[in-house]
Amino acid sequence: METDLVALLTIFVLAIFVGFEIITKVPPTLHTPLMSGSNAISGITLVGALTAAGSGHGTLSTVLGCIAVVLATVNAVGGFVVSHRMLSMFRKKG
Amino acid sequence: MDPATKEVIQNVAYLVASVLFIFGLKGLTHPRTAVRGNLTGSVAMLIAVLATLWGGDIISWNLLIGSIAVGSVAGTIMALKIPMTGMPQMVALFNGVGGAASFLVAGAELAYLIAHADGVLAKQTTIAIAASGLIGAVTLLGSLVAFAKLAEFKFTFGGKKIWFSSSLVLPGRHFINSLFAIVCAGLCVMVVMNTTTSSWYWLLVVAASVLGVLITIPIGGADMPVVIALLNSYSGLAACATGFAINNNVLIIAGSLVGASGLILTSIMCKAMNRSLSNVIFATMGSSSASGPSADDVYEGKIKATSADEIAMLLDGVQRVVIVPGYGLAVSQAQHTVRDFANLLESRGTAVEFGIHPVAGRMPGHMNVLLAEADIDYDKLKEMDDVNSTMDTVDVAIVIGANDVVNPVARTDPNSPIAGMPIINVDKARTVIVIKRSLSPGFAGIPNPLFAADNTLMFFNDGKKAFNELVAAVKES
Repeated sequence: METDLVALLTIFVLAIFVGFEIITKVPPTLHTPLMSGSNAISGITLVGALTAAGSGHGTLSTVLGCIAVVLATVNAVGGFVVSHRMLSMFRKKG
Repeated sequence: MDPATKEVIQNVAYLVASVLFIFGLKGLTHPRTAVRGNLTGSVAMLIAVLATLWGGDIISWNLLIGSIAVGSVAGTIMALKIPMTGMPQMVALFNGVGGAASFLVAGAELAYLIAHADGVLAKQTTIAIAASGLIGAVTLLGSLVAFAKLAEFKFTFGGKKIWFSSSLVLPGRHFINSLFAIVCAGLCVMVVMNTTTSSWYWLLVVAASVLGVLITIPIGGADMPVVIALLNSYSGLAACATGFAINNNVLIIAGSLVGASGLILTSIMCKAMNRSLSNVIFATMGSSSASGPSADDVYEGKIKATSADEIAMLLDGVQRVVIVPGYGLAVSQAQHTVRDFANLLESRGTAVEFGIHPVAGRMPGHMNVLLAEADIDYDKLKEMDDVNSTMDTVDVAIVIGANDVVNPVARTDPNSPIAGMPIINVDKARTVIVIKRSLSPGFAGIPNPLFAADNTLMFFNDGKKAFNELVAAVKES
């Protein structure tokens, strides 16, 4: 169990560093789509929601999980679609 | 296939999804690759979801497919219906539902573990669950308040009309906030220590929700970009905490990418206002009577009002024009008219650029989205530093709906509430035209000496109407 935690923490810390490295290169022009796009990525909690809702973990888990699935899909799908809408407006003329 | 192999394949799929998330974000570093980047991110999400459905022991398929369908349809409709001017509140709302989903998953996990683990839970799991509940609930309610403010909801209280968009300052709020913070901390401890019931967890969610409201409600107007960026970060961190709770790598990786992204944006926004994060969250701006000269002292007898015809004459044959937009552009929805105006000038051989302050508008990049919607080439959208370095060669700077971000007091008066804030130095252009309805102060609540400067002309008008008149006047001249 303890080694598990260390492994998870390692992943967490490294991912934070990768995030910082990439995001600092995003130009201010794209800050809004960056926000909505990264926000869509935080809909990844959908993965946890699906397990909670679909694995027969008991009524409470299933109900909470189902609400979470709906919300996380709104987050993910809505976020990607709205980012796509915005990003396709950024173009160079001619 | 035996369960162990299945789990390995599932984890490899999660790894692929994580890598694709990173590539997706990398794509967002340039407008040319950004659309592809966003699509890469959505493919990554699809892979992660399919891997979960395939690898998990799913028994209630109908329920899952139904829930996914409802969420996808609702999300798509919202995303397609929202006008570009409503983008700040849309982003706020999506942040909120993400946070809510995360704390619900953590709650579901806790309920499952309590029912099946006979009260023996690893500390790391319960700590992660408590963190998810705390961050998720703060994110949800904080975002809902931000949403209400940005959508400018209003309500009547004691016969007085109260606008949600303004900052609401409660008496003794620091005390109340500290109290709720302590209550939340105590409830976190109870969630970790007491592993026989979920009640403490849900109490924590309620207390954290109140905290989320309390923290966000005094913050208003021009500080909104910071709040949105911060909530964006929280929504990622909540997903990350949930990842720790359910031992899932892809949640941790994707969540921390988003957390990092939000934190960077938050810090950029704070720097652009020369304020610390704690100052934005705990201090109130614009409400206190600012020291310094009064509006009458600054403006009396020095304001030169102008007309569309006069501006058209001024613009005749100039080399270089810079347009500096602010929140007023979004309010009057002038972006399309501004585009027509810019195109008209360009067709007459004048170079037109847009100088964009990082905190102009109500969220990071707000102005860029509006101008891109009006089909303005992104190469013409210049960052503050680029515009400032060549400001002395600008013939005419046109300020539309911006105030504090062009206030030279930030450079000159160390006691001003905006002292040290980087501004767009339009006052250094040869001529400045300010399009504004009145001389009312901006969010910082202080007068702007720019309006009274020798090289400034005020065009008192609504943004959209002003540019319509300008287009007509320039065409005639």
